[in-house]
Amino acid sequence: MSPMETAGVEPADFLAERDFGGRDREALLSELSRVLPRGALLVSPEDARPYECDGLTAYRQLPLAVALPDSEDQVRAILRICASLDVPVVARGAGTSLSGGAMPHKDGVVLSLARLRSILALDPLARTARVQPGVRNLAISEAAAAHGLYYAPDPSSQIACTIGGNVAENSGGVHCLKYGLTVHNVLRVRAITIEGEALEIGSEAPDAPGYDLAALINGSEGMLAVITEITVRLTPKPLTAKVVLAAFDDVVHAGDAVAAVIAAGIIPAGMEMMDQPATRAVEPFVHAGYPLDAKALLLAESDGTPEEVEEEIGRIREVMAANGATGIRVSRDEAERLRFWSGRKAAFPAVGRISPDYYCMDGTIPRKRLAEMLTAIATLEGKYGLRCCNVFHAGDGNLHPLILYDANAAGELERAEEFGGEILELSVEYGGTITGEHGVGIEKIGQMCSQFSRQELAMFHRVKAAFDPRGLLNPGKAIPTLNRCVEFGRLHVHKGGVPHPELPRF
Amino acid sequence: MIERFRETIRAAASQKRALRIRGGGTKDFYGGPLRGEILDTRDHAGVVSYEPTELVVTARCGTRLDELERMLAERGQRLAFEPPHFGETATLGGCVAAGLSGPRRMAAGALRDFVLGAKIIDGRGDSLSFGGQVMKNVAGYDVARLMAGSLGTLGVIVEVSLKVLPMPASEATLRFEMTQEDAIGTMNRWAGRPLPISATCWHAGQLMVRLSGAAAGVAAAQRDLGGETVEEGARFWCELREQRHRFFEGPAPLWRLALPPATAPVPLAGEPLIEWGGGERWLRSEAPAEVLREAARAAGGHACLFRAPFETAEPFQPLAQALARIHRSLKAAFDPNGVFNRGRMYPEW
Repeated sequence: MSPMETAGVEPADFLAERDFGGRDREALLSELSRVLPRGALLVSPEDARPYECDGLTAYRQLPLAVALPDSEDQVRAILRICASLDVPVVARGAGTSLSGGAMPHKDGVVLSLARLRSILALDPLARTARVQPGVRNLAISEAAAAHGLYYAPDPSSQIACTIGGNVAENSGGVHCLKYGLTVHNVLRVRAITIEGEALEIGSEAPDAPGYDLAALINGSEGMLAVITEITVRLTPKPLTAKVVLAAFDDVVHAGDAVAAVIAAGIIPAGMEMMDQPATRAVEPFVHAGYPLDAKALLLAESDGTPEEVEEEIGRIREVMAANGATGIRVSRDEAERLRFWSGRKAAFPAVGRISPDYYCMDGTIPRKRLAEMLTAIATLEGKYGLRCCNVFHAGDGNLHPLILYDANAAGELERAEEFGGEILELSVEYGGTITGEHGVGIEKIGQMCSQFSRQELAMFHRVKAAFDPRGLLNPGKAIPTLNRCVEFGRLHVHKGGVPHPELPRF
Repeated sequence: MIERFRETIRAAASQKRALRIRGGGTKDFYGGPLRGEILDTRDHAGVVSYEPTELVVTARCGTRLDELERMLAERGQRLAFEPPHFGETATLGGCVAAGLSGPRRMAAGALRDFVLGAKIIDGRGDSLSFGGQVMKNVAGYDVARLMAGSLGTLGVIVEVSLKVLPMPASEATLRFEMTQEDAIGTMNRWAGRPLPISATCWHAGQLMVRLSGAAAGVAAAQRDLGGETVEEGARFWCELREQRHRFFEGPAPLWRLALPPATAPVPLAGEPLIEWGGGERWLRSEAPAEVLREAARAAGGHACLFRAPFETAEPFQPLAQALARIHRSLKAAFDPNGVFNRGRMYPEW
């Protein structure tokens, strides 16, 4: 069917992004300063500079102003003011997003939730924590530790990233396969609409009446409402954990071993893969004891009671050996377990040491396509003249190729972006997705046009309009307009299909 | 088949006629009144892909739930949310649309937690695909998950991808004599410890606890918790899931209260049965709907008239004003002419 056939009525703002220029900046600032405490409104370029980008530092934009409310009432007042003056609002947590989701709008206000950082209640019996959005991910687990509980999702930025940002991005981590993503661990979200109305989404009961709006708010990238309170589910800390470190002389064997572990009925607490370039980058940095001659390393963790862990580790060892592991080590104590993990967890900073800049991708593919993807990436390294290290959440198919480049070398950033773009489109072609856990933001908005049809994109715009009919929350992110897709030249490429299927693609 | 669905929907939309999406009809009792001409999904059946090592199964809406589960079992896997069938003709589409989970819900997650992707036809007759076959996917809003429990009011779910999990190597069921109050405390305290508890049920002074997992872990927990080992545990949990347990017999209206699990016993007229570690409380009660709804709301939950011999109240707890407005907008976004399952969730739409 041609995309035009049922185009019908298009949702507002679907064709082109709105121009928010020419708003009354003086009126905006004077109204905002009336509702905010002293020092909570940043307007000069010097003060706003730290907010001009998030973890995706290649994209920068100064906002009209940065507001730093410290209460829900202030958040509501800011939203009402922005709604009345038709000014865009970009919500922001710790700014650790890797996709530019928190990059400011040039005619908008950055609404930082960093000062809403109280743990409001922690109920060890019900195993819940009610927190404000600016609370750091790790701080929740630290507060729960005394009760033998923790908050399971552990994005690698967990020391800094906030829970509000985690909900906005539906963040993952290395333990998702067993413990789920943010959406599986958040029970309730309280959020304020652009009109200043409070929404109670989900509940501390197992479910809530009506549609599953929690499915929408998790991963909504600040486009639907501004989160002011979150109840998370806490998980009992496993009594013990051990990790198997297995070396392979071929990435294909390592991929097969991952599938074989799953086929054996084992769901490891974490299962991670690193290729040789990644191993060689991290080993001198952290001295994890990784074998440098291995083409691929697998880390597989088992947690639970001592009896369960013994049984499972034994089975994981057997499966690794049967699938051609050239070396297998099991952590002997907690210090060694942490050391085995340290290399994987330090992969990004370690790569940052060997290259002036790197570009982190986030595609997810069916695991069985892994070897194909790694081969394609190797070919792309030649094509673009750039190196790439691969770390991989092998258990759930989420791949993080790190493309090394030098922003000061002419043309390298552009080449890195094209390289990354090809990886994302291959992810879609292989039956996967352009983003597993980092979000679309501004970075991957073009590739959204490859993954979704016109009708699907129109539906996303309608979903947004159901919450934010005026399109003021984080405009220009996550969901592309039709014009953007036309510019990107990708509109009519349909899911799984490529423009010229007869041509070989690498 | 898809084309036939689309034509039917377009014709209904142009005349603003109601359609009632129906698979095996095993959940006709659930939700509001049944209105409109039947759009039968049973012929759009079959597994599209199943790869045990990817932990994903994709199947068409009319696929029989029992056949799907049998196929998974042959490869040592299962739907971990343990969905109730309520009849052998239950289909996958109806299962997802109803969004109901079984005894394993608190340990494994709810149905919605396992939805990875869905192909739907909206009220314009457009075929749309959201999510996919991979575990992690944050491209666009999670519309596939929104379909779980939407009672067919947003579109026809034509195909679904679900995460599947291995069967536990070992299971055991324990029985304890206990008051309701003690049972609620005990279930919550145990849930806070790293124990392999996969289901709980308290009724008439008895607490049943199911353990699932590695053989060594189940045996260790059995020694730790004590209680009396129940021989026919598997049958008990199956009958509970299918509401064939004797508690569910008789004509009194069946209410389902979903509450924060640690909520103390709620003094309400009627006989209770408690599942999900205290989070799901069934009540056979003639008490007025307002009384039950207010009690549930005050405890931080909601009350649903799950099954009743005749219509005595709206099935679902009314929504707060701001949420109700968003629901109406979402309904209009997916189904602008109000074709699908009119009044099945809320009477206004």
